[in-house]
Amino acid sequence: MGALWVVAEPGPDGGLARISAEAATLVRDLASTTGRDAIGIVVAPDPAPAAQDLATFLPVVWAIADPAAADHAWSAVAAGRVATLLATETPDAVFVGAGADGRDLAGAVSALSGLGVLVNATAVSWTDDGPAVEMSVFGGKLVTTSGFTSGRGIVTIRPNVTTAVPAGGTGRVQARTVDAPTALPAVRVVERVSEAGAKAPIEEARIIVSGGRGVGGPEGFAIVEQLADALGGAVGASRAAVDSGWIPYSQQIGQTGKIVKPELYLALGISGAIQHKVGMRTSGAIIAVNRDVDAPIAEFADLFVAGDLFAVGAALLDRLRARSG
Amino acid sequence: MRIVVLIKPVPDPASAGERLGPDGRLDRAAVPAVVNGNDEYALEAALKLIEAAGDGEVTLLAMAPTNAPETLRKALAMGATRGVHVTDPALAGSCAVSTATVLATALGDLEFDLLLAGIDSSDGVGGIVPAAIAAHLGLPFLSYATRIEPDMTTRTVRVRRISATGYDLLEAPMPVVIGCTQALGEPRYPSLKGIMAARGKEIVTRSLADLGLDGATLGGAATTTTILGSRMPPPRAATEIVRGTPDEGAARIVDFLVERRLI
Repeated sequence: MGALWVVAEPGPDGGLARISAEAATLVRDLASTTGRDAIGIVVAPDPAPAAQDLATFLPVVWAIADPAAADHAWSAVAAGRVATLLATETPDAVFVGAGADGRDLAGAVSALSGLGVLVNATAVSWTDDGPAVEMSVFGGKLVTTSGFTSGRGIVTIRPNVTTAVPAGGTGRVQARTVDAPTALPAVRVVERVSEAGAKAPIEEARIIVSGGRGVGGPEGFAIVEQLADALGGAVGASRAAVDSGWIPYSQQIGQTGKIVKPELYLALGISGAIQHKVGMRTSGAIIAVNRDVDAPIAEFADLFVAGDLFAVGAALLDRLRARSG
Repeated sequence: MRIVVLIKPVPDPASAGERLGPDGRLDRAAVPAVVNGNDEYALEAALKLIEAAGDGEVTLLAMAPTNAPETLRKALAMGATRGVHVTDPALAGSCAVSTATVLATALGDLEFDLLLAGIDSSDGVGGIVPAAIAAHLGLPFLSYATRIEPDMTTRTVRVRRISATGYDLLEAPMPVVIGCTQALGEPRYPSLKGIMAARGKEIVTRSLADLGLDGATLGGAATTTTILGSRMPPPRAATEIVRGTPDEGAARIVDFLVERRLI
């Protein structure tokens, strides 16, 4: 019986990254329908907390302790361990989230193992020739399905393509040692800096309220943030707002920023130029508030409210707050 | 300081005309090529570092079809010193594994302190090749850079890497591979002088044979991934346009959110 591996990425405070819980859910379902073993892998200085979390999603979790991960970039440490496991074991596929850590890991493991990589999966099924991976390409204009010529490979999974659902039982956590791990040069983490303005990662948000040029300045983001709070969402921005220095680059959505797929995308004062559109057009629902009914976003939003974003935003905030009472 | 910047010519995303060819591969002739957006930030960062250091050179490295020099000239016009263009008919349809292997091999012939690459490309959006190249070369990989601070006396480099809560300050000995983001700063426009100078700059062409690589085991013939099919995404419903008072607009948004069970 073949195996499907999920390499879990470190989340905040030593726990499991949400994207890894989603990936684990997807892989558990895939393993169940194809009669394969789903195995989670955690590499961390103290793997126990994340491994326990992951075991609520998967029947088997390998916990690999590596003290180097405490003060070194995670991906190189974990990639060395995973590559060593791959030298002697042959899972049918290795899954990892398509965030920063997951991409770094996938690239390194690919180089070390020679396995191909299919990226940004939005769905995975199985064929006689191995996994069939759907991805959204060309800024959401086309959906492709791809496979591995060898039948095996590495798949990165986009955030928000599935909802993390625990298995209903707790899996076994097995401490594993990996002898003579492949050594990639360690990259020392001198300092982990929290910035006051740092927001929740927008790739993982189910609701995003986003501001663009129409917001007019850093103060204008107050209404964006208040609406995000009221809706339980994250704050995003267009490149125009980031380039103007109104909000950090980490919140930018678009071609040179993040590609997001929230259930709701509420765009305030964003025209929806192609640079932005490619980052958000696959969102579940798109609502735009903009003065200009000729803005490109009016062509692909589900709901377009023509008007002043501050006036509509304030009225919306009142109504949302009244509802939550 | 010697810096190599990876440059990928990509279909101009602003054209919105990207499509697959009959073989299921990206049709690179369908729309004009431009320098990949994140590579421009990498190049800008490289040029600024050289300027700050007072000396040094920036070499561009691209693995791309035969017409890539047109795109490379634009990057040379920004101020890079020279270009290396790896091109070979066997490379059409390369997967990320081949791409990383070929680029890593080509880099074996170049001396550098820093290798800068855009963190991903607008056509593939995989974001895995820079990490793979670093692993091939056995070099430290510092990714999602928003600031790069080399210290030539200690031959180390510090990089701010975007994290969920702010940034991680990374440090490694040179040479290193750095994955670059837009946060490094807006790329400059080539000056007229730069454009003129770029015409005379050297672009060395290397084939797979020049690199000592075999087209039977790399490139399109040896791809690890293959496209099985494609479809159009389900069309979005027509946009509902609401005009009226701000409160009417807000009321409609709330109703919409309720209909979609979003609140």
